[in-house]
Amino acid sequence: MIELEGLVRRYGEREALSDVSLSLPAGGTLVVFGPNGAGKTTLLRVLSTLLRPHSGEVTVLDRRLPQDAWAVRGRVGLLGHEPLLYRELTARENLRFHARLHGVGEERVEELLAAVALSDRADEPLKTLSRGMVQRAAVARATLHDPELLLLDEPRANLDPAASELIEPLIGASARRTRVISSHDPSGGLSEADLVLGLRAGRPALLREADRVDPGEIAELYR
Amino acid sequence: MRRTVAALLRKELLVELRTLESVPGMSLFALTTFVVFHFALNQNSVSGDEAAGILWVTLLFAAMLGVNRLFVADADQGGFDAFLLAPVDRSAMLLAKALALLAYLLVLELVAVPAFALLLLGPSLGQALPDLLVVLALADLGVAVIGTLVAALAVRTRARDLLGPLLALPLLMPVVIGAARATSPLLGLVHAEHSPARWLLTLGLYDLVFGLIAYAVFDFLLED
Repeated sequence: MIELEGLVRRYGEREALSDVSLSLPAGGTLVVFGPNGAGKTTLLRVLSTLLRPHSGEVTVLDRRLPQDAWAVRGRVGLLGHEPLLYRELTARENLRFHARLHGVGEERVEELLAAVALSDRADEPLKTLSRGMVQRAAVARATLHDPELLLLDEPRANLDPAASELIEPLIGASARRTRVISSHDPSGGLSEADLVLGLRAGRPALLREADRVDPGEIAELYR
Repeated sequence: MRRTVAALLRKELLVELRTLESVPGMSLFALTTFVVFHFALNQNSVSGDEAAGILWVTLLFAAMLGVNRLFVADADQGGFDAFLLAPVDRSAMLLAKALALLAYLLVLELVAVPAFALLLLGPSLGQALPDLLVVLALADLGVAVIGTLVAALAVRTRARDLLGPLLALPLLMPVVIGAARATSPLLGLVHAEHSPARWLLTLGLYDLVFGLIAYAVFDFLLED
């Protein structure tokens, strides 16, 4: 499902990801830990096809990147720090716009608005909604086209416990999708993970099955 | 493709209607510039080359305001990324943005051309209008295509507000020259029957060439 072999990605002279190699089977969850600037977001953007790898081999959904990026787009759902939604438009308008881009019917928009409990506020401009509500709309946007692979960058950062529970069926383990999640929460992240990757300054400092990782090792990444 | 262009264009116009960030600014800029010309030239009216020059330079600079704003919402709010993640033909964005800019230019000219006639133009606009509409359409097409291309290039740089006009103005010079030369005889004290065909042809060819260039390179501009 995801195979990385010696992945390198640079910004100018600086290597944001250096020699990252791993393998994640279909249906598995990879949780990526690391301090700010460690390369977590860059990894998610490479896997989503938004950034090109500069060297190494990257296979996502059984397709090589960047050559076959066209075949991966539309099968990936990215939930990043930015909601990728227009602030001036309402949640319903935003989701309808994305539904048209992904060739998804409008009934799916209503289904997802209900799933994230935004049906009542769906006709208000996004800029008038709270951060948590916008994050819920972003979850709806990321899962609108029923992606096979979910790339989640600190997905619960702006959510209260009730909202986290609400989006669980869409992006949680019960969604039965392959997932790559970046997290700063050792206990929460470990509970979701099948495989753990710890990054420090773009380099893999920890790569192991989740049940063999001690939370202390994750805390060590941040020191 | 048509469905994607329609979705993008609809979103574009909806965002502009909600924010009013481009068209009112463009129109107000054109009106203010005509007032400035009115007093700076110390003339009650202009005609011929002078009139055509004032009209087209003003429309060009007003258009630059729209060009500079064309991709800002997409760049700042992640619309680019969302679009790039969708399984659609990327040329749809070129077409939708160019159509949106074309719509902004049409509204601008609905305000600016009558204001120009009222504030500065000596000869009556009535007779010249049908031919002027042809010149406006050809020039608008060039501005829309080149403006979209340049805006897409500039918006992903840190100096986008500076780079946009710096790239666009030289590329749009032939459009302004062609449009001004084609307009000049129409705004003369003795009204010409038609715009010179060679300038209309020049404008049409320039539009076509840049349309093809934009179509060929737009994908690469969106790439990482």
